[in-house]
Amino acid sequence: MRIRVKLFATLSSHLDGVAPGIPFEMELPDGATLDNLVDQLKLPSNEVKIAFVKGQARAMDWPLQPGDEVGFFPPLGGG
Amino acid sequence: MWILRLNMADRTYRLDEVPEAYRLLGGRGLSSTMILDEVPPLCHPLGPNNKLVFAPGIVTGTPAPSAARVSVGGKSPLTGGIKEANAGSSWAPTLANLGIKALVVEGQPKEKGKYWMAYLSWDASASKPKVEFLPADEYVSLSFYDAFPKLYKRFGERVDIAGCGVAAEYGYANSGIAFNDMFKRPSRYAGRGGLGAVLASKGLKFIVLGKTGGPGVPILDKALFEQGRAKLADALRTHPITSPKGALNTYGTAVLINLLNEAGGLPTRNFSNGRFEGAPKIAGEAIFEINKQRLGKELYNHACSPGCIIECSNTFFNKDGSEHTSCVEYESDWAFGANCGIDNLDDIAEMVQLCNAYGLDTIEAGGTLAVAMEAGVIQFGDSKGAINLIDEMGKGTPLGRILGGGAAFTGKAFGVVRVPAVKGQVMPAYEPRAVKGIGITFATSTMGADHTAGYTICPEILSVGGKADPLSTEGKAALSRGFQATTAFLDSTGHCLFIAFAVLDIPSGFEGLMEECNGMLGTNWKPEDAAKVGGEILKKERAFNEAAGLTKADDRVPEFMKYEPLPPHNQVFDIPDEVLDAVYGEL
Repeated sequence: MRIRVKLFATLSSHLDGVAPGIPFEMELPDGATLDNLVDQLKLPSNEVKIAFVKGQARAMDWPLQPGDEVGFFPPLGGG
Repeated sequence: MWILRLNMADRTYRLDEVPEAYRLLGGRGLSSTMILDEVPPLCHPLGPNNKLVFAPGIVTGTPAPSAARVSVGGKSPLTGGIKEANAGSSWAPTLANLGIKALVVEGQPKEKGKYWMAYLSWDASASKPKVEFLPADEYVSLSFYDAFPKLYKRFGERVDIAGCGVAAEYGYANSGIAFNDMFKRPSRYAGRGGLGAVLASKGLKFIVLGKTGGPGVPILDKALFEQGRAKLADALRTHPITSPKGALNTYGTAVLINLLNEAGGLPTRNFSNGRFEGAPKIAGEAIFEINKQRLGKELYNHACSPGCIIECSNTFFNKDGSEHTSCVEYESDWAFGANCGIDNLDDIAEMVQLCNAYGLDTIEAGGTLAVAMEAGVIQFGDSKGAINLIDEMGKGTPLGRILGGGAAFTGKAFGVVRVPAVKGQVMPAYEPRAVKGIGITFATSTMGADHTAGYTICPEILSVGGKADPLSTEGKAALSRGFQATTAFLDSTGHCLFIAFAVLDIPSGFEGLMEECNGMLGTNWKPEDAAKVGGEILKKERAFNEAAGLTKADDRVPEFMKYEPLPPHNQVFDIPDEVLDAVYGEL
């Protein structure tokens, strides 16, 4: 299945040519979870603090659907 | 330590011993208590009976980390209720080290339009602080960026400065009190609620503090204090949000732009959408990248005040590498950016700089511009028009005076229905329909809509201190109440609220915070006492507001949020009124 991915803040620096918040498409096996996506992207899992699927925060065992848009964030705060 | 009173009716001052009833209080706890004790709740905020209380926190002036905050209290011209606005500045520890637990500005001069400044310094021969009142006419109508250098030239480099700007001279309900940052910029603000206008109504432009001399801040049990300080500092250095080169130090508070946008909770075009298509262009990541391109190197953020470990304040640079402004905070970036449909960081930086120059609160200013855009005064996205409107405020034109009254006042002047304010104070950068807990805080806080009053964003968005679904209503009254009470305690310690990111996740850090306070005061507080102590402060603030005429009807979000579903989640604010009433009803 094809999904769209956005990496934010320090996470984007782990992939060449990826800018923070700019979506890119990728292919995943059917039934893949957020955890599987992190592995496939070779992101350090301890740096992924918050995961969004279509604008809602989800646990890392959340199963993805074709066409989903995923956003990964490291730990961050502000306000 | 002393309570120092400046009486502006006759420009005299008095030093009083601290009463026993105030011994355990500091920061917000002290400023709110003194306002409740001394200010008639029905007084006019700009009249002779209102007062301003400047109170450094319990540990301010000690080596405690990230603890240089001063609370400013008074009756608010914006909300008509009690106001506590606090700022991080070297001004705060300097006041504390002069032996002053609270500085009260009271009375009112008979002469209209005449201004003075108070110069506080340590009188070594008398072993106490002294105050000189000096005419300040030459600073009237000046930009802060012109006034501050003149003041440093006059008093020397070793002073700290607090003051009010032209917005305050006009009596705007949107006018803050500015404090110097570490680089002598007039950029640290007790911004919200119009306390600048209260200072101006006293005829007091500046309070200048000499940094030389003073007894320092007494610590009852130095060993216990040091044990707590070390634990808290460890927590701040360890937690990924607050640590050096962590998210705050790298991207500043504006790192939240993309996160709230992703969550569908970034208020856009006057709270008509939860997503802004231009978010990546104005986010903290973009600020970091643009600075890197313009300076040819990575730039990490700096401390707003001495002793800060987090160092989250940014500087934004022009294309030619010269400094444009400091600092572009998340709330300011959002207020002039997403909320106005503007995605140009150079123009956003210019608006921040202008607000700092005139003495305006950036949140109220951006919220007001968005309401003016809704009214058709200018179009959403018109950044040059927005800059012009801020200049109208600075010049005091008739239109500027309407805008200077804030978002709610502007909404009335132009017949706008969608005015995102509570108790007359415009909402900060979180959408109540997409993040329900923070909506409860906005509705019920004693301060009007204020994110810092009970930052439920921690569990609802950041996954700090647990996790809560932002779209769910369940358990949110208790969540907001807990955060509001704990915050009132934190605001009393003198620590920056951002230490919460670390201490909510690292129990030894929270223990350290309490041990620091116990070392200062001789108390025996445990972490679970924070909400109890803070809750007592909230009760006092609530008592003032009730006596000032505020009722449960003032603890509501604006009606449009109950019938306009907000994209992308298409949710309304569906917290029942009785749940809102339970926040303080069950305190």
